[in-house]
Amino acid sequence: MTERQLANSLLGSMEYDPAPESAAIAKLKSSYGLFIDGSFSDASSHEQFASINPANESTLATVAQASTEDVDRAVVAARRAYDKVWSKTTGAQRSKYLFRIARLIQERSRELAVVETLDNGKPIRESRDVDIPLAAAHFFYYAGWADKLDFAGFGAGPKPLGVAGQIIPWNFPLLMAAWKLAPALAAGNTCILKPAETTPLSALVLAEILEQAELPPGVVNIITGDGATGGALVDHPGVDKIAFTGSTEVGRLIQQRTASSHKHLTLELGGKGANIVFEDAPIDEMIEGVIDGIFFNQGHVCCAGSRLLVQESIADEVLRRLIRRVEQLRVGDPMDKNTDVGAINSAAQLMRIRELTDVGESEGATRYTSSCTLPEKGYWFAPTVFADVAQSHRIAREEIFGPVLSVLTFRTPEEAVTKANNTNYGLACGVWSEKGSRTLWVAERLRAGVIWANTYNRFDPTSPFGGMRESGFGREGGRHGLEAYLDV
Amino acid sequence: MSDRLDVRKTYKLLINGAFPRSESGRSYEVTSAKGDFLANVAQGSRKDLRDAVVAARAAQAKWWGATAYNRGQVLYRLAEMAESRRDELADHVALSEGVSKKASQTTVSTSIDRIVWYAGWTDKIAQVLGGTNPVAGPFFNFSIPVPSGVVGVLCAQDDSLVGFVDAVFAPICVGNAVVAIASERRPTPAALIGEMTTSSDFPAGVLNVVTGITDELAPTLASHEDIDGIDLTGASIETADELARAGAGSIKRVRRPNVHGNEHSLRGLRAFVETSTVWHTIGQ
Repeated sequence: MTERQLANSLLGSMEYDPAPESAAIAKLKSSYGLFIDGSFSDASSHEQFASINPANESTLATVAQASTEDVDRAVVAARRAYDKVWSKTTGAQRSKYLFRIARLIQERSRELAVVETLDNGKPIRESRDVDIPLAAAHFFYYAGWADKLDFAGFGAGPKPLGVAGQIIPWNFPLLMAAWKLAPALAAGNTCILKPAETTPLSALVLAEILEQAELPPGVVNIITGDGATGGALVDHPGVDKIAFTGSTEVGRLIQQRTASSHKHLTLELGGKGANIVFEDAPIDEMIEGVIDGIFFNQGHVCCAGSRLLVQESIADEVLRRLIRRVEQLRVGDPMDKNTDVGAINSAAQLMRIRELTDVGESEGATRYTSSCTLPEKGYWFAPTVFADVAQSHRIAREEIFGPVLSVLTFRTPEEAVTKANNTNYGLACGVWSEKGSRTLWVAERLRAGVIWANTYNRFDPTSPFGGMRESGFGREGGRHGLEAYLDV
Repeated sequence: MSDRLDVRKTYKLLINGAFPRSESGRSYEVTSAKGDFLANVAQGSRKDLRDAVVAARAAQAKWWGATAYNRGQVLYRLAEMAESRRDELADHVALSEGVSKKASQTTVSTSIDRIVWYAGWTDKIAQVLGGTNPVAGPFFNFSIPVPSGVVGVLCAQDDSLVGFVDAVFAPICVGNAVVAIASERRPTPAALIGEMTTSSDFPAGVLNVVTGITDELAPTLASHEDIDGIDLTGASIETADELARAGAGSIKRVRRPNVHGNEHSLRGLRAFVETSTVWHTIGQ
């Protein structure tokens, strides 16, 4: 009998009644074109592809497949907008456009949250409480920078780079669009944004918002498509800057392909974050933080705390409590307001997670998987914890990008730091301890761009985010985020 | 004219605080701008470079582990050492670059003043590039600049002293360790500064200087997996793109001043700096 069944037999069912959000709020159209030069148009090939709801495999809408020709059209529009309009628009004016966009995101937040959850599979609680509010906050934050660039610490009159090509992933579709567009526009660049193939819809709603905000045509162009579209954008000679968020594998290709050009580049790539737990950690907060660190957004988070490093003296208790908590996670309909863990974003991602977890078992780690019932249709993976993981195991080295936690142990702070840094990545780490001096000692030695102490997966527009080593270079957020879009 | 035979010095590599001849047993002849014999110089190999990277990796932790104040003291000590050997430096600049005695003295002054400039930066850069971030929640959040780690530098081919000083001490002053490939035809000013670092309290391996044939050595530096960043200033136009591509293999930070701007700004100091952001909960 599982713990859940035991509790139910003793106390009666403790299940919540369904509390679904309405899909109709999304007001989705049946098909979308490319947003170029201020209006929607068909792709040159008239080719469309479907965006799927990963929770039930139904088609939400079809979107245009941008060709090389369409990419060129977008670059020409962005260049013209840069030369004729945006570079002559004062910082104060740019600022007000960004404030307008922020307000419109807030005003359409419920619609955007529903679109995001339908298209991505993440729980509505997360899109409503995290993705959309943070996206609005990001525009608000950078709106205020647009007329203050002289005081941003890069000398007087810092110049924008020009036309920026921005390629974003499927894990936080609207939030990543905001992270890219807001600082670029504040700094005075014009943009071509390519959302991920599997999650293009919230960016297309954002295009409507840009129209509503009366942003001059061509300042932001949003083109949907697959990897070939992204490749054409990366290779286009009219682009001055490429900003990419995605896998290290693709980031490496982009760095290679832009190496012989004048293009500026920032990369926000993969990670294998270590969450380090010392024996004096506040245990209840820590368990919640570790759970949130790996199961937030189904683990589709580049900075996920996917390696738990726990001090040996408390390892048994931590593992026991983790497994109990994993059993309590509510997995299922992302539109249900009580859901904790939603759908895996795509069949391809599900396959990768299955492959790596199979390897985890065959390499000798001990697997605990939630006994939750998974919906029949859609892409689902039950939250999973691996114990007895060695550093050499693939599940301890490779980014799984799914709801899978690998647990390792350590004895001394030195060993914890060594193990945490034993990776080619360097994006994020967590440290759990009530001893401030030790936390800072560890933080100083971790080779990671973001370190959360007694918390995890916190984001804020004022706080620089980005990686070291093979997790990429450049920062998003804060004053530092402007540097990626200024010629300084 | 004295009939005393002069004692000729062979310029050797600087790796991990020691002066090995190249493990390859090779040396090459360096001439003055006029074509006269200047010196024999060790011709470093790919193996020498790899040894230098190992040394740099170990040294970087010590260098970054020292206080910023201490790093400033060490860099200033280097300026003192250079000042006391300025005539020797000037002679080499004059011969290598084919400039007048007076011009070479000016170059030496500039380079020493640049070292002093970097000495002053060690304990200021954190406040200029870092700070606290007012996040919307009960967290103390701060960002600090930390070094990328080990930086490979292809030194400028012409600007043998000031170019070298800027290229290596900008990353060093912010806490990196450097493996530098000196100017191929004008390596002796770099070799001299390298010698001076060993009497200035730098931990061994913070600066490694490998002399030799740039095109032979550069690909090893660009593709080395334990190097975090490369400065391609001294690469030829024909090879720079290929080296930048090789650097992408391990997502290196690649600095190309001739492509991305080289005006006097903080670019050099920021080129091999990472931002580390810490969130700490606030509560009772």
